[in-house]
Amino acid sequence: MNIIIIGCGQVGQTLTEQLSNEGDSITVIDTDESIVDEVTRKYDVMGYVGNGATYSTQLEAGIENTDLMIAVTASDELNLLCCLVARKAGRCQTIARVRNPEYSKDAPYLQEELRLAMVINPEQAAASEMARVIRFPSAIKIDIFAKGAIELLKFRLPEKCVLENYAVKEICTKLGCDVLVCMIEREDEVLIPNGDMTFSQGDRISIIATPQNAAAFFKKIRFHSGHVRNVMIAGGGNVAYYLSKTLLKAGISVKVIEQDERRCEEFCRKLPKAAVIHGDACDKETLLEEGLENTGAFVSLTSKDEENILLSLFAQSRTDGKIVTKVEHTEYDEIIRKLNLDTIVNPKNITAEYIVRFVRAMKNTVGSNVETLYSLIKGKVEAAEFTIREKSPIVGIPLQNLHFKKHVLIAGIVRKGRMIIPRGQDTMEIGDSVVVVSRNLGLHDICDIIE
Amino acid sequence: MNFAMIITVLGWVSCFNAAFQLLPALVGLIYQEQAAWSFLISAAGSLVLGLLLLIRKPKSKALYAREGFVIVSLSWILMSLLGALPLFLCGAIPSYVDALFEAASGYTTTGASIVPVVEELPNCCLFWRSFMHWIGGMGVLVFIMAFIPLSGAGNMNLMRAESPGPMVGKLVPRVKTTAFLLYAMYFGLTFLQFICLIIAKMPVFDAINTAFATAGTGGFGFKNDSMASYSTAIQVIITVFMILFGVNFNFYFLLLYKRFKDALHISEVWVYFGVILTSVVLITWNISQMYDSLGIALRDAAFSVGSVITTTGFATADFNQWPQLSKMILLLLMFIGACAGSTGGGIKVSRFIIMFKTMLKEIGLQTHPKRVKKIKMDGHEISHETIRAMNNYLIAYFVIYALSVLLLSIEGYDFTTNFSAIAATLNNIGPGLELVGPTGNFAFFSDLSKLVMTFDMIAGRLELFPMLVLFSPATWKK
Repeated sequence: MNIIIIGCGQVGQTLTEQLSNEGDSITVIDTDESIVDEVTRKYDVMGYVGNGATYSTQLEAGIENTDLMIAVTASDELNLLCCLVARKAGRCQTIARVRNPEYSKDAPYLQEELRLAMVINPEQAAASEMARVIRFPSAIKIDIFAKGAIELLKFRLPEKCVLENYAVKEICTKLGCDVLVCMIEREDEVLIPNGDMTFSQGDRISIIATPQNAAAFFKKIRFHSGHVRNVMIAGGGNVAYYLSKTLLKAGISVKVIEQDERRCEEFCRKLPKAAVIHGDACDKETLLEEGLENTGAFVSLTSKDEENILLSLFAQSRTDGKIVTKVEHTEYDEIIRKLNLDTIVNPKNITAEYIVRFVRAMKNTVGSNVETLYSLIKGKVEAAEFTIREKSPIVGIPLQNLHFKKHVLIAGIVRKGRMIIPRGQDTMEIGDSVVVVSRNLGLHDICDIIE
Repeated sequence: MNFAMIITVLGWVSCFNAAFQLLPALVGLIYQEQAAWSFLISAAGSLVLGLLLLIRKPKSKALYAREGFVIVSLSWILMSLLGALPLFLCGAIPSYVDALFEAASGYTTTGASIVPVVEELPNCCLFWRSFMHWIGGMGVLVFIMAFIPLSGAGNMNLMRAESPGPMVGKLVPRVKTTAFLLYAMYFGLTFLQFICLIIAKMPVFDAINTAFATAGTGGFGFKNDSMASYSTAIQVIITVFMILFGVNFNFYFLLLYKRFKDALHISEVWVYFGVILTSVVLITWNISQMYDSLGIALRDAAFSVGSVITTTGFATADFNQWPQLSKMILLLLMFIGACAGSTGGGIKVSRFIIMFKTMLKEIGLQTHPKRVKKIKMDGHEISHETIRAMNNYLIAYFVIYALSVLLLSIEGYDFTTNFSAIAATLNNIGPGLELVGPTGNFAFFSDLSKLVMTFDMIAGRLELFPMLVLFSPATWKK
């Protein structure tokens, strides 16, 4: 597929890398020549220097033969203009990044009226992911499938947990819980487990279950932290705004520490219920004074990754509450993971997940599309949800009779809103949503999972 | 430095070389020549070497600019070494250094030969020499990349190092597709020429060889008088196609995708045709007294100009006998060379355009020292880095040139011979003037001089820097 990406910032580059690896033909446009040069050197893509919102630049980049244009420049208005021009110049689908909270309310309207295929707000998406783990603090990460009918939860096996030395298959028999273990991360290894594998301390385990069953499971293994009632947020940017808004709606009290006075006032105006502190979030005294030690959750959302990591490490030493850290740079993932920092949220990756899912669905106009896509370990393991729309070779055959590819796991089947933990005799039927966890990246269709 | 990946790519190069050598072996079998066996033996040797190099799988496929340069220069050296093998084994060229010179001359599309009587070579050897031109013209690694995904994004570093021109870009986003498109256009044009030659009643074997040698702008003849004994129609066809293969392939790509407006905006192509036209008119006027009719003078002038500016090196007339002015024009054309992004060699027309514009800018700056001015070509600004790289290229060019002439002069031949021999090899043309003129050859030089010129040919084809990087100590430091 031919894709034009306008804007080579961090999101633009993450997208370029992902989509280029998926085998699409990418053309990037940016006004900064040195960035275009760098991107074309790093990835197998074509680059043009110029203002992507102008008709002539888009024409030069070949908008006429493009299937999809993604505008991710720093400015919302420019992104929307890019999409408008692209729609008139070519016959492509368009995606715009719009992150100003003032526009975010209008997103559905904009999408409808400007005929955009998708309006994406990475900060809002990141905030809703954070809100999910704050509401259910036992998990490091929660990904939802089938409109919330099932969840994929990742948690770190704590010390002296009953689960230690249990085999995977014993969860069902000994604990009587309807959950399925779909991935275990042990040190640098990633395993898609079979029934005989045993758990050991420090494993990061991903399970798939309905929200109720997941809660029951965590209670059984006595790893259920209570509800979070108050949250402290360091930094008062857009993510903080979206997060506060969601949390306040859920009745959780929010305290935001922001250094810039004007931002404080603006924040206060928009969300009067939030407690806004004008102070330096990196100042130890300020944090302690504002009650870091008693907070239910601490979220670091300053604009610098280093600051966020330091703040979270400090908070971890002072409180037993939930710690959430925003990290923008993905390159150092492995090192950051070793710090055992509880939840880490990467807004760029979330954006990339959304758009990659859209692109795969676009390529696959017939058949059973990718509905949801999460990259569980970047570039290694992903979880995808498919809706089975029509008769295909896999429908109606018991799972034990299907020849699956290596490293593919059917993690859950949702039929009429109810989750089925898949066993050998179960089948996939038309209308089902199926969640697949796999190491074969780039599944486009449900049929890709069999030999 | 990712040595494992370098070795892997060299392994592929070796395997592809084996595949290439099967074609002349086939030709040899058709003509029932003994020499076919030496091609088969050499192909088998290449294959074994290639498979040995491919045994170890590299952990990382990353290729940076440094690896790109090293791989490209090592690949071309390896290709020349392996390409020389069958010529040496079959006894057609008894000395390995001579065979190496001949193979390097083939792959780099130079066309300078050490064979005194070409007609005595077996047909499979003749075919192999022309076929090397064809492969070398567009690039060995570009060929491999069209079929095998060597290293993803790193491929661009290989393409940049192998393709000629001050600014190497892609036609389409993917390197693989770009490489494929280039070869498709290349093959299409070659085939077209072959058909034209057949229509003009050239024998099939001659037509294949001529098409290959013209396409790569190589110039190995298979007769001692090069193209002189063929009919006027054939000579005209060759003239036209030589000039066509010297055009930037971007131009054809734009035509193919019906972007005529963009195609007409490539100033390099206009300047290229302008230079050709002017030279042809001047030389025709200059040599008209020597010929009976103006038509024949025009034919020979056009053929020589086309042959020299595109760095092909075919000949229909001995321009050594021409007046001084004509000889000087041809010598200057040797340096200008073809368009960037074509199969031709030389300094390239686009470099001269940029150089000329830089010079005008400098003259302007003398009178208005504070004036801000940017150099543009085809509506795009030429970045400072491009101009800097180009200036450094010229410096390197003249340093190598001077050193090579110095090394050749040890033997004591006359100045014109030495000077034009280096011009002919460093610019990948073929024939020079005086002793190495269209009727002469390079056999009389000593082994040392031949090795110097072999280096010059490969360096010239790769636009100097890959070879200089290979011999720079900084490259090999950890």
